[in-house]
Amino acid sequence: MTTEIRSHAEARHTRADATDATAALLRELVAHLRKNRTQLREEWARRITESKLLTAMTREEIFAEATSVYDNYVEVLETGSVEALQAYARNLSERIIPRGVETHEVLGIVLLLRDVLARSLFKKYQADFALLNSVLDAYEPAANRIANTVAVGFVQERERIIRQQQEAIRELSTPVLQVRDRLLILPIIGVIDSLRARQLTEQLLRGIRANRAKVVVVDITGVPSVDATVANHLVQTVDASRLMGANVIVTGLSSEIAQTLVTIGVDLSKINAVGDLQGGIEEAERMLGYAVTMPEPPPAEVKA
Amino acid sequence: MRAPILKQSQYLIASIQSALSDEELLQLRDDLARDVGRYRSRGVIIDVTVLDVMDSFAVRTLRAIAHMIRLRGAETVIVGIQAEVAFAMVQLGLTLEDITTALDLEEGLACLNRQVAGARHVQ
Repeated sequence: MTTEIRSHAEARHTRADATDATAALLRELVAHLRKNRTQLREEWARRITESKLLTAMTREEIFAEATSVYDNYVEVLETGSVEALQAYARNLSERIIPRGVETHEVLGIVLLLRDVLARSLFKKYQADFALLNSVLDAYEPAANRIANTVAVGFVQERERIIRQQQEAIRELSTPVLQVRDRLLILPIIGVIDSLRARQLTEQLLRGIRANRAKVVVVDITGVPSVDATVANHLVQTVDASRLMGANVIVTGLSSEIAQTLVTIGVDLSKINAVGDLQGGIEEAERMLGYAVTMPEPPPAEVKA
Repeated sequence: MRAPILKQSQYLIASIQSALSDEELLQLRDDLARDVGRYRSRGVIIDVTVLDVMDSFAVRTLRAIAHMIRLRGAETVIVGIQAEVAFAMVQLGLTLEDITTALDLEEGLACLNRQVAGARHVQ
């Protein structure tokens, strides 16, 4: 029992020693990287250009960014805190994503830096293999964590931009347009999912109130496919509009879509469908009491 | 609060002022069924603009009112259903299929005028 306790204590002691040793090695490492900053940085920039990474940027820009990344890198090794690096990675991504820099490039340059630094460590400690091993033990987890942080930061920034753009597309893609007094058209382009269908209906209902619409033409020429869910959404939109006192005409149901709807057995008895947008608008005008007349043809000139 | 019923030439206008309890809804039904005969009205407008919730009981009662009024020889128009209410109603499957609806009071009156005029033409 006593032996066991002692062995536990020893183990803890050894682990504490190991942590101290790692910290000491990291300090030494940082000092080494600081001393050789210029040379290692240049080596890294050269390797980036050689590997044809970051081709969208000029040599000077690459060098400037390389300097910042290098300094941040060393700082993370020193302090062990990745927060500053995270902020820098986000900021860097914001700047370089609009210029078309790809994920593999960003990951590539960080891995290159890791390799460049590892090589310099090999060179420095090549005489003492055991020491080199423990230096690498200290260096590798920190280096991997840095690569991870930068890559994750970049991907997160990308995803944020994608989400933003999706939102923008959604906003743009459902305009409610007034073509005549009390007549709205709602051209739907693209795939309808549940979220979009809901937004669409809300926008249409707001439009009906704002424009005091009596007839709405919903044109789905631009909708590539319609399934049971989308058809249900359409029926709901029609019903909700009717509750607000507006009639809905659906136009642009292609022959394929019509076939699908009949095959899957959606109840479309409540939907007033007209072949194309032109026909739909004409029908709506009739419902509103508009009469479109062609002007009289000019009288033929009588030749003397 | 009980919904007041206003007489406007040959129409009755039930203007709901606040959320109605179930009893008040039934009261409205009875009042309308009585008044439509008393004033020999041709049409009834029920204004629900202030309601921001319509439960299934309210919808069922409104439909019952409309059916009753039709049997008493007049038409019913429900006006002022809010966008959010309309959306919630269709999601619950409460669509008032056979009832005339209109955007607001003005539209409702125009709607009744058309229907009543249409009925006259047939005579």
